[in-house]
Amino acid sequence: MRPLFGFTGGVKPASHKTESNQGGIVVAPLPPVLTVPLRQNAGLASRPLVQAGDRVLKGQAIAGPGGSISVAIHAPTSGTVRGIETHPIPHPSGLLAPCVVIEADGEDRWIERTPVDPYALPVEELRTRLRDAGVVGLGGAAFPSFVKTQHGPTQRIETLILNGAECEPFITCDDLLMRTQAGQILDGAAVLAHIAGAQRIVVGIEDNKPEAVAAMTAAAQRAGLLVEVVAVPTRYPAGGEKQLIRVLTGIEVPFGKLPPDYGVQCFNVATAYATARALLHGEPMISRLVTVTGNVERPGNFEVRIGTPIADLLKLAEPKADTDRNLMGGPMMGFALPTLDAPVIKATNCILAGSKAMFPAPGPEMPCIRCGSCARACPMDLQPFEMYWFSRAKILGKAQEYHLFDCIECGCCTYVCPSRIPLVDYFRFAKSEIRAREKENEAADAARQRYEFRLEREEREKQEKAAKLAAKAAETKAKLAQAGDADDKKALIAAAVARAQEQKAEEKPGVE
Amino acid sequence: MSNNSPFLRQPASVQVVMLKVLAALLPGIAVYIHFFGWAVVVQIAIASVTALVAETVMLAIRKKALKPFLTDGSALVTAWLVALTLPPIAPWWLAVLGVLIAIVVAKHLYGGLGQNPFNPAMVAFCALIVAYPQLMSQWPAVGFTDFGAQMQAVFGHRDLDAVVMATPLDALRTALHTPEARATVSGVLGSHATFGNIGGRGWEWIALGYLLGGLWLVQQRVITWHIPAAFLGTLGLASLLASLASPDQYAGPAFHVLTGGAMLGAFFIATDPVSGSTTPRGKLIFAAGLALLTWIIRVFGAYPDGIAFATLLMNICVPLIDMSTQPAVFGHKGKQP
Ligand code: SF4
Ligand code: SF4
Repeated sequence: MRPLFGFTGGVKPASHKTESNQGGIVVAPLPPVLTVPLRQNAGLASRPLVQAGDRVLKGQAIAGPGGSISVAIHAPTSGTVRGIETHPIPHPSGLLAPCVVIEADGEDRWIERTPVDPYALPVEELRTRLRDAGVVGLGGAAFPSFVKTQHGPTQRIETLILNGAECEPFITCDDLLMRTQAGQILDGAAVLAHIAGAQRIVVGIEDNKPEAVAAMTAAAQRAGLLVEVVAVPTRYPAGGEKQLIRVLTGIEVPFGKLPPDYGVQCFNVATAYATARALLHGEPMISRLVTVTGNVERPGNFEVRIGTPIADLLKLAEPKADTDRNLMGGPMMGFALPTLDAPVIKATNCILAGSKAMFPAPGPEMPCIRCGSCARACPMDLQPFEMYWFSRAKILGKAQEYHLFDCIECGCCTYVCPSRIPLVDYFRFAKSEIRAREKENEAADAARQRYEFRLEREEREKQEKAAKLAAKAAETKAKLAQAGDADDKKALIAAAVARAQEQKAEEKPGVE
Repeated sequence: MSNNSPFLRQPASVQVVMLKVLAALLPGIAVYIHFFGWAVVVQIAIASVTALVAETVMLAIRKKALKPFLTDGSALVTAWLVALTLPPIAPWWLAVLGVLIAIVVAKHLYGGLGQNPFNPAMVAFCALIVAYPQLMSQWPAVGFTDFGAQMQAVFGHRDLDAVVMATPLDALRTALHTPEARATVSGVLGSHATFGNIGGRGWEWIALGYLLGGLWLVQQRVITWHIPAAFLGTLGLASLLASLASPDQYAGPAFHVLTGGAMLGAFFIATDPVSGSTTPRGKLIFAAGLALLTWIIRVFGAYPDGIAFATLLMNICVPLIDMSTQPAVFGHKGKQP
């Protein structure tokens, strides 16, 4: 057995997994209209390849990568492109963003699929295929996976860590996927390891998912792969990338560094599954498993096409009447959806219906009593109450000195605070404030540079003018020396004085 | 801001924390009653009522919400600590005055809950012992537990010569500081009526009561082990070394740890989170410094117990201690496997 390292802090909220992990996977019906946002991955938005009226097939690329950190997006079914429209997307602020809207023709006809033998192709080709199949991290961050298989000259990837911890309460889509698709997950993981050049694969699964651990272990044995399946202690946030790497390898990846700096890289189990579908079956990323749970009559896991309205999906689970909010993600790190018009996207792992009874409003906020509970709960070993103090007082430099940017916004500190201070809200705010200020500073720097350039130019021009004047003066003197006539002399002097005054007037610094 | 993650909260509150502290004081108080009579309960009641009234008035003046702050329990904790550090037969107005100093001056004038740099109960104790040294050292003599007589002392005319005596700590200090007496520690401890057990008659049992409650607080994660362990350890070590060097002059660790306010200080006073250190290493340093100062003031100072002054002195150092003992952050600990 691999020795486990654990991490400090963390909390143990009630897991609420059994509500949704008892049944099988339900295939959600195909909606008549699908709304596919052009921006679904971390990094740059994708660039549309279709226009209104185009006929598309299921799996056809409707948008290509919009930059080096960007992937393709595909039609989730066959139909007609109604257009590229601005539409609400799942975002805490109720953001509107451009989406490809497709009217389904109901035939659900695939484009020609081209499976490949990944071990017969160069890895660069495989990366391109991953990108063009739209594979992104499915644990929530949606970072393009092909980018994560690369590493810089000073980096290496020896160990590929497969994240099946799923530590957020309520969410069970990875659990169900591991139970039902263990073989495909490991096939995908093997391909990812091959592309990244990793020698071994370690799968971390929280020990509250014994069925998933068993299924993955069995699959690993069947495949004869060099895979270790490890049950890790259940403690939120064990599934945080940094925490899982720490638990499995003892390595702590600090802020500002990446796992490949330490020889590891981490992928979600669902990402490995999507990789297998993409390369071994030629099926791009057009659907995913979503847990719908919480304040609903029929919680469960659904296989959902990207672009399905969240309202449609939620209906399948029959929300209870007193539902007063719907979250995307779990209760610790998810956010309340401002509208259910938004579609399911690649990052949607869970729709959690909530009510007043489920998430009672916390009592009144009290002053911090420095009890230190938050520090003991923080998995990043931070001192949240110190950061809170400085964030609140807007002494942001000090907050940064207390490692504000190491905060992973897991919410453990807020969860335990007896004074019910929404600590992590303050940290989100302080971070965005600092980022905004940095931007401002950059802008100010640019402006200052422009100003300095101008001063320099003006100085140069002044000197040139002075040189010219000096030359003129010398000329005048020479003329004076030649001219014997006094009147002539006077006239020349008057002209020189006038020039000098003119010059003075010009020298006054211009203020813009 | 309420509709942001995390949506789940642990059912914890300041109120629960404070109530646990009060509950943890009960075993010590029970033993206290057994040895010194019910007067201490009356003192606690006087202090509690005063604290709640003072808290209400101050909150009203500062235009703060009454309900959450009045029910948070912090004023009661302060009141109980003030009451437990006064002699149980002190006149009633002494408790009132002490609590007013603690709540009005040390707490609210500094900004209220969570803002006070000094431990309010200890501010009160220091002020009282400077202003009324005599009243503050009149403890009921062994056996003076008659409730009526005690109440006469608290509320009525005080004629106490026969029934009061000093605490063991005070008695020992006075004896050792009087040059003509040529007293030795063993001489004093062996002969004086105040003594007879380890920490003085009854005191060690009260101390054990506080220890019990304190350990429960550690188990409940209201406090961590750092401060009590470092405090008792340092106090024990300092007195052990001194008593080994000169047994006639210095009392040993058992006496120091089990007498006076040591145990109350270790688990209930030094652990006040607001005015104490918060980092693990900081707590150790804070408590060790506190214990050392306590011992020095006890042995060389002019006051019967040193914990209160030592606490205030160490409170001043807290920002510095905390700043220089920040624990290493994830990924910044140096060694990587
Ligand atoms: S848990 Fe809350 S009250 Fe306690 S130190 Fe942290 S912020 Fe302050
Ligand atoms: S939200 Fe940030 S400060 Fe709070 S516990 Fe998580 S990492 Fe620590």
